[in-house]
Amino acid sequence: MDERNFTYMFYGFSVAWGIIALYAIGLLRRQSNINSQVESLKKMVDGKR
Amino acid sequence: MRDKLLTATAALAGIMLVWNLKIILTVLPDEVAQGAIYRIMFFHIPGFFTAGVCYIVAMLASIYYLWKKDLRADALAMAATEVALPFAAVNLITGMIWGRIIWGIWWAWDPRLTWALISWLVYFGYLMLRKAIDDPSERANISAVANIFFFSSVAITWKAIVWWRTQHPGPVLSIRGADGKLDAGVERMIYQNWIPLLLLAIVFISIRIRQERALRELDAMRRWAHAG
Repeated sequence: MDERNFTYMFYGFSVAWGIIALYAIGLLRRQSNINSQVESLKKMVDGKR
Repeated sequence: MRDKLLTATAALAGIMLVWNLKIILTVLPDEVAQGAIYRIMFFHIPGFFTAGVCYIVAMLASIYYLWKKDLRADALAMAATEVALPFAAVNLITGMIWGRIIWGIWWAWDPRLTWALISWLVYFGYLMLRKAIDDPSERANISAVANIFFFSSVAITWKAIVWWRTQHPGPVLSIRGADGKLDAGVERMIYQNWIPLLLLAIVFISIRIRQERALRELDAMRRWAHAG
């Protein structure tokens, strides 16, 4: 019971940190996506000039 | 300057989380009845509180949007709602893991658990609804009304452990009038671990608002470029 108790506590901590880390990674990926969209739009506008 | 402040806040939150983890694992003793698993509460309860604060911010921002028609308030409502979801997921999943050991089951259709899940689903629906509406003003109007309406599920989730006494434990924190039910050191640690989660939520919301503004400007520039 004690070992299982400790193992599940570890799962709980991993899930908590993991979800927050995944969301943070998702935010950073979205940011790089926006940056690349801005770059491609700049190129498009420069090409029209 | 703002970037540096956000980075510093995120770093502070990270340091606090690691520091708190050290205290949780090495200083605080096992609980007499539950053993080590009770430590999950140091993420379960702060996760719920953080999501709750985000839901409140989203609701207030939605009211402000309907009053002033300020799209920045709409962006804040969207960002706060989106950021609430991972913290609410931390609350739900850590609760399930705790329940597996203490109750012997992963899930019970107890009012508190069910309403917490309903809240998560309706706010997820709010984000889907936003994606389905193209016109920014129409999207902001409909989303604001939906967000205010959906907040009722958060209020019910908060009160569920008082209104219906079933599987989920009743109030244990002194702020909810349960003085002495929880060891003072344990309760202090719950609030101490809430601070870094709140700081992270502030950082995430700030980044998300900035992204929303950038996307809006990008959209306007794209329209301008195509028109020209």
